[in-house]
Amino acid sequence: MAYNIISFISGVLFSVGLVISGMTNPKKVIGFLDIFGEWDYSLAFVMIGAILVNFLVFTFVKKETPVCGDGFSLPTKSSIDWKLITGSALFGIGWGIVGICPGPGIVNLTSLSSDFVLFVGSMMTGMFIFKLTGIK
Amino acid sequence: MENVINPLLGGIIIGVASSILFIGVGKISGISSILAHLLNKPTSIDVWKYLFIIGLLSGGFLSIYLYPEANTFVLENSVLEIIVAGLFVGFGTRLGSGCTSGHGVCGISRLSKRSITATAIFMLFGIITVAVKGVF
Repeated sequence: MAYNIISFISGVLFSVGLVISGMTNPKKVIGFLDIFGEWDYSLAFVMIGAILVNFLVFTFVKKETPVCGDGFSLPTKSSIDWKLITGSALFGIGWGIVGICPGPGIVNLTSLSSDFVLFVGSMMTGMFIFKLTGIK
Repeated sequence: MENVINPLLGGIIIGVASSILFIGVGKISGISSILAHLLNKPTSIDVWKYLFIIGLLSGGFLSIYLYPEANTFVLENSVLEIIVAGLFVGFGTRLGSGCTSGHGVCGISRLSKRSITATAIFMLFGIITVAVKGVF
């Protein structure tokens, strides 16, 4: 039970953080990526804040197991391959077109705007197409 | 001087949210990976993923309730652009094993070479896309 409550609370906080930071505002995100135009560098501070907190936690909290559950699930892949590079490039292009990445896409669904319903629907379709390819 | 307080505060909240998920249940808050699991048959092991996403949506509703102007964004794109961007973001984040949250926040904090590479690539392609769009 505590396991599920922790996940829910983390989701709520994550969402509130995205809204306060400006990451859910597509105009602001595009301004951040527009380094050759009128660059709005402020969103760099979102990464600085988030990475700072996580880095401190990852570095200084040395626990054998999490508070709930059996162990830590960390990614096991370590090689930089064509999939990582091509996938990240495609994601970057999509992100640059609309200014919305997956988390803010979900959060923006709550405004019930048809734009975001279409975006998230297309995104889930893209994930489904990937599943169909069978690439591991 | 851009407003950096909100991005920094939001970033810190995002960092706290992902730290809670990691220390609490041992999971990485990679939103694209969590979303992709919605396409699989539901299992009891994945309940936390559903709750995390419900948390994201709840945080969005909470933000709208507290600040009605917070989530009233629209995309300044054509329907075709939104569909293409969504497909690219969905497919790309699966092929590249992560998005802004998993690679950009969690991975960089763990000093993962894969995540640092992925983040550099999706930022670069996001920047190029915005620059190219600006020309047309």
